[in-house]
Amino acid sequence: MRSERLLIAIAAVALVAACQRETRTFTQPPAGGVTLNAVQLTPLHAGAEPPQPPVPNGYQQNAYAMSQGKRLFSAYNCNGCHANGGGGSGPPLMDDVWIYGSDPQNIFATIVEGRPNGMPSFRGRIPDDQIWQLVAYIRSMSGLAPSDAAPSRNDSLSTKVSESRQDTQKPVQGGSEPAPSPQ
Amino acid sequence: MSTTAPELRLPPSRHLTPPEVRELERTWSDRPGILGWLATVDHKHIARRFIVTCFVFFLLGGLLAAAMRMQLARPENDLLGPDLYNQIFTMHGSTMMFLFAVPVMQAVAIYFVPLMVGARNIAFPRTAAFSYWILLAGGVFLFVGFVLNIGPDVGWFAYVPLSGPQYSPGKRADWWAQMITFTEVSALLASICIIATVFKLRAPGMTLTRIPLFVWASLVTAFMILFAMPAVMLASTMLIMDRLIGTHFFNPADGGDALLWQHLFWFFGHPEVYIIFIPGLGMLSSIIAPFARRPIYGYPAMVLSLIATAFLGFALWVHHMFATNVAELGKSFFTAASMVIAIPTAIQIFCWIATLWTGKLNFRTPLLYVLGFFFILILGGLTGVMLASVSLDTQIHDTFFVVAHLHYVLIGGAVFPLFGAFYYWFPKMTGRMLSERLGRWNFWLFFIGFNVAFFPMHILGLEGMPRRVYTYPAELGWGTLNLVSTLGAVTIAVSVLLFILNVVVSLRRGALAPDNPWGAGTLEWATSSPPPACNFVDVPIVHGREPLWQPTRGPEYVTGLATHAREVLVTSVVDALPDQRLMQPDSTIWPFVSSLAVSAMFVGSIFNPWAIVWGAIPVAIALTAWFWPGREETRKALALEKAP
Amino acid sequence: MLLAMLPMATPLAGAAPFQNALNPTGIQAAHIYTLWNVMLGVCTVVFVATMIGLLIALRRGGRGDETTPAEVARFGDPERIAHRSVVASVAISIALLLFLLAASVFTDRALARLPLQNALTLDITAHQFWWEVQYNDDPPSRNFITANELQIPVGRPVIARLHSDDVIHSLWVPNLHGKKDLIPGETSLIQFRADKAGDYRGQCAEFCGWQHAWMAFNVKALPPSDFERWAEQQRHSAPEPATDIAKRGRDVFESGPCGMCHNIQGTNAHGQFAPDLTHVASRPTLAAGRLPNTPEHMMAWIVNPQQFKPGANMPAVPLSPDDLRALVAYLQTLK
Repeated sequence: MRSERLLIAIAAVALVAACQRETRTFTQPPAGGVTLNAVQLTPLHAGAEPPQPPVPNGYQQNAYAMSQGKRLFSAYNCNGCHANGGGGSGPPLMDDVWIYGSDPQNIFATIVEGRPNGMPSFRGRIPDDQIWQLVAYIRSMSGLAPSDAAPSRNDSLSTKVSESRQDTQKPVQGGSEPAPSPQ
Repeated sequence: MSTTAPELRLPPSRHLTPPEVRELERTWSDRPGILGWLATVDHKHIARRFIVTCFVFFLLGGLLAAAMRMQLARPENDLLGPDLYNQIFTMHGSTMMFLFAVPVMQAVAIYFVPLMVGARNIAFPRTAAFSYWILLAGGVFLFVGFVLNIGPDVGWFAYVPLSGPQYSPGKRADWWAQMITFTEVSALLASICIIATVFKLRAPGMTLTRIPLFVWASLVTAFMILFAMPAVMLASTMLIMDRLIGTHFFNPADGGDALLWQHLFWFFGHPEVYIIFIPGLGMLSSIIAPFARRPIYGYPAMVLSLIATAFLGFALWVHHMFATNVAELGKSFFTAASMVIAIPTAIQIFCWIATLWTGKLNFRTPLLYVLGFFFILILGGLTGVMLASVSLDTQIHDTFFVVAHLHYVLIGGAVFPLFGAFYYWFPKMTGRMLSERLGRWNFWLFFIGFNVAFFPMHILGLEGMPRRVYTYPAELGWGTLNLVSTLGAVTIAVSVLLFILNVVVSLRRGALAPDNPWGAGTLEWATSSPPPACNFVDVPIVHGREPLWQPTRGPEYVTGLATHAREVLVTSVVDALPDQRLMQPDSTIWPFVSSLAVSAMFVGSIFNPWAIVWGAIPVAIALTAWFWPGREETRKALALEKAP
Repeated sequence: MLLAMLPMATPLAGAAPFQNALNPTGIQAAHIYTLWNVMLGVCTVVFVATMIGLLIALRRGGRGDETTPAEVARFGDPERIAHRSVVASVAISIALLLFLLAASVFTDRALARLPLQNALTLDITAHQFWWEVQYNDDPPSRNFITANELQIPVGRPVIARLHSDDVIHSLWVPNLHGKKDLIPGETSLIQFRADKAGDYRGQCAEFCGWQHAWMAFNVKALPPSDFERWAEQQRHSAPEPATDIAKRGRDVFESGPCGMCHNIQGTNAHGQFAPDLTHVASRPTLAAGRLPNTPEHMMAWIVNPQQFKPGANMPAVPLSPDDLRALVAYLQTLK
C-alpha cells in the first residue's frame, strides 16, 4: 500500500515537473505593470514582511523560456556590457553579487527601469513577456535555475560553462555600485 | 466450429515412452504463476508476447497517423497546433520504425527460426528474454514521455542542430535519443540469438543449402542489425553528450559538423529499412511455396539476392542527403548504388512469378497478401528508382512523394507480408484457424484503403507539398487530394479493426487447426499446433529442403537427448553434423530484473551523467545473479557429463 | 495509364501552378521535368509489364489446395524455360536501369552546365522562420537586403549562396529548380534561371521547427528592365512620411520595440534580427507567406503574431489602437 502511494507521489511530481519544464507557451500573458509597482528595492521595511507579489508566469523553470531568454540576451545586445555573464562595463551576471536584488521581480524592475551608472531602461522597448524570458535566463546564468531546464551549450564558440552545468551561486543581496569605469 | 480450447496434444514419440514424453514436456515447461510468466525462457512465449507488444505499438502508431491525417484533411485546419503535431509525427515515425517494424520481424524470427531449423529452443534464451523486456521498457518509456509532455518533437531522424542543445530546450530530444539506446540494445541482442541458432542449433542433416528462405532472411537481417545499429547508437549517444555535458560533436563553431549527424544516422537509417524489408521477403517465400504447391524456383539465386541486398543496403545512405552540399560526384555514386539494389529484388520477384506460374495455386488469405505485396512493393520500388536520381530527387526530396514512396515500400514490402504471415502462421501459434471470410474483407479493405491513402501523395509531392508540415495554405489547391488520402486512412483503420476482430473471434471459436493445415513442407509444420514446450518430441533429421514434402531416406529422428534436463543438440555450421549436447538454462527471473536495472540506468542518465556510474551497480548485481550457476543445474549438467 | 496522365493531372487535381514541379518555368526545372517524364514512362512500362506477367501467372497456374501433392520433382528439374525467362527479365531490368542511370547522370551534367555569364548573385540566409535575401552588386555599396521575397530578372542566371543562421532549412522553388539545404556552418550554392515571367512561391523544405509549414517566400520573375527598376527602388532608403498619421507611425516605430529587431533604412531603427522592413509595403505577403499584405492583416499580425504563427519569434506588441493604426499607415507607405 505504501509503495503504491509512493509511486503515485513520484509520478505526480514527475508529471508536474515535466509539464512545467517542457511546455512551449506561445501566447502572451497580460502585461506585468502591477508587479512593477509592488517590487521593493531593499529588504529593509517597517513592520512585518509584506507579501511578495507573485511572478506572473511559470517561466523560472521553463526550458523554452530560458532558451528564448538566451537568444534575446545576445539579440538585444545585453552581452555588449555584461559579456556572456562575466561583465565588462556592466557588472557580472553569473556571480553571486546582486546589486539590486536577485528575485525575478527585482531583475524585471532593473531591465524595465534601468539603473544608475549605465543600465539603460528598456521600458517600451522590450515586451513584458520577453523581459520575463530574459529574467529566467539571467537567473540561470548563476545556476539558480534547475539544471534540466537551464540552457545547455550554444552552437557557437564556447565562452563559459553552460548554464545547465553552472554551480549554484547563492545570491548575496546588496553590494556596492561599481565605480564608474573609464568609458 | 469447436468451442473448446485446443488441448495441448502431445504428439506420440517414436522412441520415448509416454511417461518419458510427459517428463520431457515438464522439463521444458515454464513454472506456474506470475513469476513463471516473468521468468520464461521459452522462445515461443517470448516471441508471442513480443509480437503482441509490437502490434500494440503498431496500433498506437496508427492512431498517431490518424490524428495527423485528420489535421491535414483540410487546409489551414486547427485541430492540432504545431507543437503537438511535431510531437505526433515524431512519435509516429519513431514508434513504427523502432518499436514495431524491426522488433516484430525479429519476434517472428524468434518464434519460427528455431522451429524451422528443428531446434528445441533458441540459442541464448535468457538473452532473448532480456531483449523483449528491454524493448517493452523502451516503448513504455517513450510513451510515458509523450504523455508527460517530454515526448520528442524533432522528427524520427532528429537532425541537428534542431535537436541540439540550443534549438531543442528541455529533455525532449534526450528522451528520444535514449529510446534509441533501449531499442537498439534489444535488436542487437535478439540478432545474436538468431545468428547463433541458425549457425549452431540446426537439426542434423539441415545443411546451409537446405535451410528455408525465411531462415536465410532472418540470418541476413541479423547481420545487418549488427553492423547498422551501432552507428545510430553512437550518434544518439553523441547527441546526448552534446546536450548533457557540452561536447561539440555537432557544433560547427567549435570543430564539429552538423552533417556528421546525417551521415551517422543514415548509415544506420538506410540499412534499417532493409532490415525491415528482408524478413518480409523471407515470409513471402514461406507463404508462396505451400500455396503454389511447389518449392520456390531458383533457391541459390534467392539466397544470393538476399545477401546482395544486405551488402548493397550499406552503400546507399547518402541518397537521403542529396539536397545537402556533399560533393556532386560522390552523390552520383550513390545514385548508381541505389539503382543497382533494385536488381536483387527484381531477381526475387521474377523467381516468385516463375514459381506461381508453374505451380498450382491455393487462393487463401495468405496468398492474397502476397499478391498485394507484388502490386504495392513494385510500385514503391519504382518510385525508389526515381528518387535515386540526384536531379529528380532535388525536386521530390522532403515532399509527400517521399512519404508515398516509403509507405509503399514499407507497408507493401513488410506489413503486407507480415499480415500474410499472421494468417499463415496463426494456426501454428494458437491451434486455431483465422476466419477466411473476415480475412478477405481485411485484405481488400487494407489494399484499397492503402492505395487511396497513399497514391495521391505522389501527386501532392510533385505539386509542391513538403513534408512535416502541420498545415498548408488553401490557395495551393492541395485540399482535395489530402481529403481523399484521409478517407483512405480511415479505410485502413477499419481494415485493421477487422483484423483484430478476426483474431479475437478466432481465438475463441476458430476451427481447430491440425498440425499442417496448409500442407506446407518446412519443419515447423512437423509438430503439433501449437507446438509443445519442447518444440519437437522427436528432434528430426533432415534430408532435403522441404522435409515434409520429400520422402526420407535414412534415420528420421535423433535419440539420446535427456528428458530430465533441457538438452539441445549443437551441430556444425555448414553441414549440420552433430557436434555436442548443450544444456540450456531453466526459467529464470534475472533477465527481467536486469532489464529493470538497465532501464533505470538509461533513464537516469538523461538527467545526470553520474547515473551511469551509480546505475551500473544494480546492473552488475543483476548480471552476476544471472550468470551465477545454479546448484540444481550444475548437478544435472555434471551428471549428464559423466553418464550421458 | 493513370500514371501517364499525371502531367495533365495538375489542373484536374485543382492544384495551383505556382508552387509546382510539374510546371517548370526555368531551365533547371525543365531539365528535371524531362527526366521525370522519362522515368515515369519507363517505370510505368515496367510496372504494367510485371503486373501482366503476374496476372498471367495467376491465370495459368493450376488450382490446388492443401491436400494437393507438392511437386517435389521440381528439385531435380533444371526448369529451363523458367531459367531463361528469369534471366531474360533480369537482363531487361538491368538494361533499363542502366538507361535510367544514364538519363540521371546526363541531367546532373545539364544542371551543372548552366551558363553563368552576367549572373545575378544573391546571399540567402535562412532563419527560423523567415528568409533574408541580400542582392549583391558591384560596387558593394549597391547591395541591398530584402526579406521573404525573391525578385529576379527573366533570362538571367542567378547564383545564390546559401547560409543558415540557426538550424538546417531548405530552399525550394519547384517551378525553377530542385531544393538545396541551408546548413549552419556551411555555405551551399544553387544556380538557376527563370525563363518565363510570373509569380511563384517557394517554401522551406527541411523540417526546422514549429513554423516550418509557414516559412515560404514569394518569387517574381520580371522582364530585365522591370527588375532593374525594382532593384533601384530597393536601394533607396525609406521615404519621409508625408501625412501626420504616417509621421506618428514612424515615431511609434522608432520609439517602441520595433527597432530592437527590425531595420528601416533612413530611420533610427536598425535591428538586425528580424526581416528588413525598408520596403515592406512592396511585398505581396507578410510573415514569410503567411498573410496577405493588407493593412488589416498587418494590424492583426502586429497585435498577436502567435495567433497566426505560434512559435515564431515575433512577440505581441502592445500598442494603443491609435498608435497601431498610425504604425500600419506608416509601414504601408514603405514601397
